[in-house]
Amino acid sequence: MTEGAHPTHKVYYLVFLALVIGTVLTFVVAKIDLGFLNPIIALAIACTKATLVILFFMHVRYSSKLTMLTVAAGFFWLMILITLSLSDYLTRGVIKP
Amino acid sequence: MSNSQTTTTDHPALVHQFDDMVQQKEASTFGMWVFLLTEIMMFGGLFAAYLIYRLKYYDAFVAGSSSIDVTWGFINTLVLIGSSLTMALAVSAAQRGVRRQQQVFLVLTMVLGTVFLGVKAIEYKQKYDEHHIPGGFFQTFAPTDIAHDLVEKEGKTPEAASQIAERTQIFFCFYFAMTGLHALHMIMGLVLMTWLLVRAGHGEFGPQYYTPVELGGLYWHFVDIVWIYLFPLLYLINRTHGK
Amino acid sequence: MSSTTQPVTHVMPARHYLNDNYGIRSWLLTKDHKRIAILYLFSITFFFFIGGIFASLIRLHLLTPGGELFQADTYNKLFTMHGVNMIFFFLIPSVPAVLGNFILPIMLGAKDLAFPKINLLSWYIFMGGATFALIAMVSGGVDTGWTFYTPLSSGYVKTNVITMAVGILFAGFSSIFTGLNFIVTTHRMRAPGLTWGRLPLMVWANYAASLIMILGTPVLAITLILLALERGFHIGIFDPKLGGDPVLFQHMFWFYSHPAVYIMILPGMGVISEIVTCFSRKRVFGYSFIAFSSIAIAVFGFVVWAHHMFVAGISVYSAMVFSLLSYAVAIPSAVKVFNWTATMYKGSVSLDTPMLYALGFIGLFTVGGLTGLFLAALGLDVHIHDTYFVIAHFHYVMVGGMVMAYLGGLHFWWPKITGKLYPEAAAKLAALITFIGFNLTFFPQFILGYMGMPRRYATYAPEFQVLNVFSTAGASILAVGFILPAIYFVWSLKYGEVAGPNPWGATGLEWQTSSPPPTHNFYQTPVVTEEPYYYGTEEEVRVVQ
Repeated sequence: MTEGAHPTHKVYYLVFLALVIGTVLTFVVAKIDLGFLNPIIALAIACTKATLVILFFMHVRYSSKLTMLTVAAGFFWLMILITLSLSDYLTRGVIKP
Repeated sequence: MSNSQTTTTDHPALVHQFDDMVQQKEASTFGMWVFLLTEIMMFGGLFAAYLIYRLKYYDAFVAGSSSIDVTWGFINTLVLIGSSLTMALAVSAAQRGVRRQQQVFLVLTMVLGTVFLGVKAIEYKQKYDEHHIPGGFFQTFAPTDIAHDLVEKEGKTPEAASQIAERTQIFFCFYFAMTGLHALHMIMGLVLMTWLLVRAGHGEFGPQYYTPVELGGLYWHFVDIVWIYLFPLLYLINRTHGK
Repeated sequence: MSSTTQPVTHVMPARHYLNDNYGIRSWLLTKDHKRIAILYLFSITFFFFIGGIFASLIRLHLLTPGGELFQADTYNKLFTMHGVNMIFFFLIPSVPAVLGNFILPIMLGAKDLAFPKINLLSWYIFMGGATFALIAMVSGGVDTGWTFYTPLSSGYVKTNVITMAVGILFAGFSSIFTGLNFIVTTHRMRAPGLTWGRLPLMVWANYAASLIMILGTPVLAITLILLALERGFHIGIFDPKLGGDPVLFQHMFWFYSHPAVYIMILPGMGVISEIVTCFSRKRVFGYSFIAFSSIAIAVFGFVVWAHHMFVAGISVYSAMVFSLLSYAVAIPSAVKVFNWTATMYKGSVSLDTPMLYALGFIGLFTVGGLTGLFLAALGLDVHIHDTYFVIAHFHYVMVGGMVMAYLGGLHFWWPKITGKLYPEAAAKLAALITFIGFNLTFFPQFILGYMGMPRRYATYAPEFQVLNVFSTAGASILAVGFILPAIYFVWSLKYGEVAGPNPWGATGLEWQTSSPPPTHNFYQTPVVTEEPYYYGTEEEVRVVQ
């Protein structure tokens, strides 16, 4: 696959703005007590910011499928590590041996 | 050396194992992505361990998180995001072969990166002053202020407060391990930028060959993404206590 | 062989990668993947013999139940050093860094790997790690077991854990760079016409192993870093006294170390695929099944790690999940064994040395793999965990499987690498000795384990002595079987018959170029037009028999 298109500077500035807004939002929402939603919202915003950086700053939106697959594989494997480890810790005591 | 007359098969930067510059760029870019994959897993291991302990010692993690300065963390996040912007613009300038712009944006990126490290140094010093460095190697770990806050502001009993305060040691282990590993990557990023700056100054990059800058950009953005996650995970565990 | 023409006398090509450039600098600063493979060959052979010395000392010590030869602390160091050397400095690099480095680019029709300088760097990083490991060994060794379980390793032993951990860390990075190189090269540097479906199975196997290398090793890296930090700065991530969880170390350690065993075995399986098809003169049966089973092993291998922790205190629920998944991961391996066997069926099988090793692999790996299923069964594992049953199991797959595959591959590609033939009679003898010695060493250990002899103990109950003596006797035979190739391979460099480009009559791009190959592998970029392993139609194969 030859070079993909690259984002225009306008796109870069828009993404930057979105990232800044996301950061401010995270900061502000953290001060409001939403119980269990707090970490979920914080992580959701973080994931959105990360996605924007990956797609636009790192040009993945304009890259080959292989690149996208590589990124996806990374997060998927991380999920394997986290989920399966947690499956031990969260179920201790659930079934007695 | 100008890059307007060279074709993709006789460019001076073409190495012997590749047939042409297109293949070289594709392979190099893919290689950097695979490397970033390994970095995701390395930081990921730390994140997984952090998650497990956060679930196990939630109160201690809240207490530890509340004791680090969220304003510095917020500023640093903005600084890094800004440096990602300047890096993306540097890559764009390299692609267009505009030497001045490349240098300006690379320098800006490095300045912002250095600011980030400076702020981290301030934060680490704060922790040192407050006796929050775990382990006893650098100083004795003495979270008396945390225990005090727990009693005064949260209404915990002194015994419970001192237990939670002791447990914050694990939080601080992760704080230093995660931000420390991240800072190490930042420093390596700055070294990388310096090298790119020198090469950009020689006019090496243009539409036919700007891969090193692109790859440097990928690395830099990755380090930014790690921080994007670190900020809420370390600084914002529970900030609704009015601290 | 099928040839009825007069024997052709071959001559060594005038210029090839070995004589293209002389001098130590041309070797230490080489970017040629073939020379780097030779550098690795020297390094890992050295560590194989170091690990072998430790193994010999272990077996000598275990001749008597009372453990009179060494003190218990020293014995702990022996088995730790044996494990660390063999796993990190021999097995993991063996096929990928030696055979893979040499043959992969040629099989792909490329001039070199994608990143030759990174390839050389990976060797230097490996040597750096090796240096740290040697320092750790010489200055007293480590006695925690190769698994470094905390809090023993992080807070209690007085040995050089950090130095050794750094050594292993470096070795890990070396394998990451090797894997990275293989993946990019396979994706981006295949010759014209070489689609994924025409790749030799050796490439599929090394590719799958490379996936594991890059996805798993970083977690080991961070685990070792945390271990070193804990030990050096007394922080308490894994120390229960400070609230840490030792089981977390095991989770993080085994997340890498289980897939690591697939890093070790997959390239070996690739070698076996190449050997079996060539010496049966028949296309591999079920090519896509073998190719995809390599990927399946790589993926499934990541979700079974806690089967090393069944009795460590993990939840029963997750133990059941991991047990089930461990049964699943055996399936792709079984698929391969069936396919190799089917390849040999009605093939024209010739029992040259590489084939002898391949046959040994198939049998012994099957035994090792099946006994893995014993261990994956929760109830049974409670009984045999941490006994010699485990030791026998993994030696069957690692030595009976992997080392045999490595030796088979070394024999198979020796003519390509050196341009010389090894002495076939001596090699067959060595293969036989190895097979006999291996089984005599390790089969008794299954029984010992089942009877209850624990591992990593310097002494044992007297009723276990007879089987231990058999095991040690076998080990001495096995040692002969390993030393012989070292001798005759070196002998063949000077006195061996010149091999010619394709002494085995095998298919594959590597056999289309000279032995040894020129520095740039091919004089013209090859174009691939047919499927792999084409040895003629069924008719032609039967006529030849």
